[in-house]
Amino acid sequence: MTSAGEPEGAAPSPDKSPPRREEGRPYLTGGKPERHRGDKTFWQRFREELYADNTFTVTALAVVLALAVGAVLMVLGDEAVRQQWAYFFYQPLQTLQASWDFIAKAYSDMFKGAIVNPDTLNRWFWGMTTWQQVLRPISETLTNAAPLILTGLAVAIPFRAGLFNIGAQGQAIMGAIGAGTIGILLDLPAIIALPLALIVGIVFGGLWGGVVGVLKAKTGAHEVIVTIMLNYIAALFLGWYILQPGIKDPARTDAISKEVYGSSLLPKIFDPSLRVSLSIILALLAAWAMAWLLNRGRFGFELRAVGYNPNAASTAGMKVGATVSVTMALAGALAGLGGATMVLGTAQVLTNGVVGQIGFNGILVALLGRVKPWGVAAAGLLFGALQSGGQAMQTFAGVSNELVTVIQSMIVIFVAAPMLVKSIFRLRKSPSEAASAVLAKG
Amino acid sequence: MEPGEIHALLGENGAGKSTLMNVLYGLLQPDKGQILADDKAIKIRGPNDAIAAGIGMVHQHFMLVPVFSVAENVMLGHEPAKGGFLDHAAAVRLVREVSEQYGLPVDPDAVIEDLPIGIQQRVEIVKALTREVDLLILDEPTAVLTPQETDELLMVMRGLKGAGKSIVFITHKLREVKAVADRITVIRRGKVVGTAEPTAPESELAEMMVGRSVVLEVPKKDTPPGELVLQVEQLIVADDRLHRAVDGVDLEVRSGEVLGIAGVQGNGQSELVEAIMGLREAQAGKVSLLGQDVTGWDTRDVLKAGVGYVPEDRSVDGLVKEFSIAENLVLDLYRSQPFGGRFSLNPKAIVESAGGRVDEFDIRTQSAEQPAGSLSGGNQQKVVIAREMSRPLKLFIAAQPTRGVDVGSIEFIHKRIIAEREVGTAVLMVSSELDEVVALADRIAVMYRGRVLAVVPPDTPREKLGLLMAGVTDTGEGEEPS
Repeated sequence: MTSAGEPEGAAPSPDKSPPRREEGRPYLTGGKPERHRGDKTFWQRFREELYADNTFTVTALAVVLALAVGAVLMVLGDEAVRQQWAYFFYQPLQTLQASWDFIAKAYSDMFKGAIVNPDTLNRWFWGMTTWQQVLRPISETLTNAAPLILTGLAVAIPFRAGLFNIGAQGQAIMGAIGAGTIGILLDLPAIIALPLALIVGIVFGGLWGGVVGVLKAKTGAHEVIVTIMLNYIAALFLGWYILQPGIKDPARTDAISKEVYGSSLLPKIFDPSLRVSLSIILALLAAWAMAWLLNRGRFGFELRAVGYNPNAASTAGMKVGATVSVTMALAGALAGLGGATMVLGTAQVLTNGVVGQIGFNGILVALLGRVKPWGVAAAGLLFGALQSGGQAMQTFAGVSNELVTVIQSMIVIFVAAPMLVKSIFRLRKSPSEAASAVLAKG
Repeated sequence: MEPGEIHALLGENGAGKSTLMNVLYGLLQPDKGQILADDKAIKIRGPNDAIAAGIGMVHQHFMLVPVFSVAENVMLGHEPAKGGFLDHAAAVRLVREVSEQYGLPVDPDAVIEDLPIGIQQRVEIVKALTREVDLLILDEPTAVLTPQETDELLMVMRGLKGAGKSIVFITHKLREVKAVADRITVIRRGKVVGTAEPTAPESELAEMMVGRSVVLEVPKKDTPPGELVLQVEQLIVADDRLHRAVDGVDLEVRSGEVLGIAGVQGNGQSELVEAIMGLREAQAGKVSLLGQDVTGWDTRDVLKAGVGYVPEDRSVDGLVKEFSIAENLVLDLYRSQPFGGRFSLNPKAIVESAGGRVDEFDIRTQSAEQPAGSLSGGNQQKVVIAREMSRPLKLFIAAQPTRGVDVGSIEFIHKRIIAEREVGTAVLMVSSELDEVVALADRIAVMYRGRVLAVVPPDTPREKLGLLMAGVTDTGEGEEPS
């Protein structure tokens, strides 16, 4: 029986070199032989995949659908365009034209604010403006993306261990408090001040997350409940903290802290006039480190095993409680770093809203990024671009910035309901679906 | 299928028996082909279509709501209603009628979780019968029963046959097939390989199932047991519901011997083994390994001390199905060289070593990088056994090592266990398959309600073992101090 070799196995594909002992090994499991992916050229595969239900296509189409929903809302929300619709039956073409013009203007403003403005590029070419102006939209996108990537990772990593971290917001706030305190109180040389502020931020966030893991491991307290409660506590603690003497800015009557000493601020990476700072480098490094941890790290192996099957993990001698605790501390540290980059990068003071909504947006980023580190990085960049583009859209097209929040949410809803996207666009079944399902575990 | 016939479907695990029956019951859709009933092609899109077509099914894993009463479970899905309210009395009446008609006594008001497994199964059968089915599918019904309960079930099956019902009886136990079946169809790898009469000899049926001749007996060398490896003294362990599951057990296992623990599932065997492994806290008593007290140790340390452990439910405790075979093979070794350092893993070493294991343990897969969940039950079990046998062992604990495993794999696993015994490992084997315990063990400890009732030699008559498993001791005889 074992002599019945399968032709596929005997001719291994050039770009995939299976371990030698597999060659000529029959398909004893009895399934029909699968074609090796390498039997086709890259372009054949590309064409097959392009309109199939793989992750990338589904995500891209989810973005398209969300922008379409956004367009409808834009038309409904604009007074002038809405009035034009009253004449739809008299002047249908004009009505559609007006709607289309409005949508096109808004979305092109969004693009200009997020990636590059062709006008500026043109003027720079003729020497009429500086290169800094050309890069400004990108700089804004990267600046917005950095903390989102970090909080996205703070949600994604526990997710791989079977934990739903709703607490990135609170962990980011604690990180901001830790980093901000160092920056406000200590005027040290930058070489000490900045690392110290970052580390304290990471530790504060890590402790805030670690508590959740320890409570879960020791008492079984559900992490969703605990993190939600800790979010409230962190937010209210921040509100109290910035009013304390020594922290509060004595020259102001409102709730705002003193400014962070310049030595603690994150250095700008391109040019002082562009906001993009070391934070994006830190975020991408964190994504890389988490990808390594999950795929190659010993702890990542434990983390994934616990996430998939805690019973089997403990039967094999893994310490599930310790893994859960460390994972939550790691998540808190990532979110804490995210909060720290906001106070040491863009905000430079502590206020009630210093971290914005990065913790909650991190949940969206993690889901959109399919809880994989590089996916999270890509999703963070997309959300960063939507946010900086939204600013431009508000300023120039007069569309409310809140629309971006709606679009972000719609993207995640469409991604979370892949069947919807697949049926709307009638996608084929992806030939590499099975392969990517295997890869999905990292 | 003829009316009033018991048709046995015999095949290895992963042969496609359950898949075929799930298609019949509408839980899965066929890719191709059709189902004929009374010479007409019928389409079954879901269990409701199946019930309408007169097909009922009793699943391997019972589909009962544990906190509901018998009557409530029976009416689930077609609740008798009166003016929008549930008619509980009607359900109770229905259960009474059916159970009297077919001689299946059950108390309609009993709560499912309080009933023994055998009675729960009876409830499943009653449930199917209340829907007036003509064809009843029983998917591995005897896997969870004592020998006595099995006999009762076989009686019930004959009774149903007498009442004109047809039964499809799925199993891989040859003895039961021969006892009740009118016709036997053997399935191998998704294909019907033949039909046989119940008079055919067991070895012939086994050969049809596996596709080659099978050795049902395992040859054992006569080796005297050596030093004391595992000693359990007065161990008391609570189960998840804090009932006392293990109630003062004493056991000894010496190197080079197999101690088999026989008993119907749920008599404390699982809790006993989990306590030895450090997976469950012992309330009192002592576990020692080679003279060292290991009570309350971490599982990791117990494993490190030279214990191999095959948990009873591989899909729950044994494997991470989403992980590759290679990753599963190092699930407890990833911390040691060459597989992992202090922080990192060495995927190359993991995959390379997996290649050797896959060949040595005859794990049938295209590649060691396939997810473990894609394997059939028997091959999944081989992964667990390969992993646990890849370290030098002092003690090998195997809980239900061949549950849900095909005949071919059973043979292989038995050989490996005996090979372990032959090199001087102490083996503790828990099994609810009496045949397996008798075939492998040097001594048999029978557990009932958390106690070891007796430790007997393997040539004890089956009837006596069966009685012991049911808790009947005839005092004085066969009872040795362990």
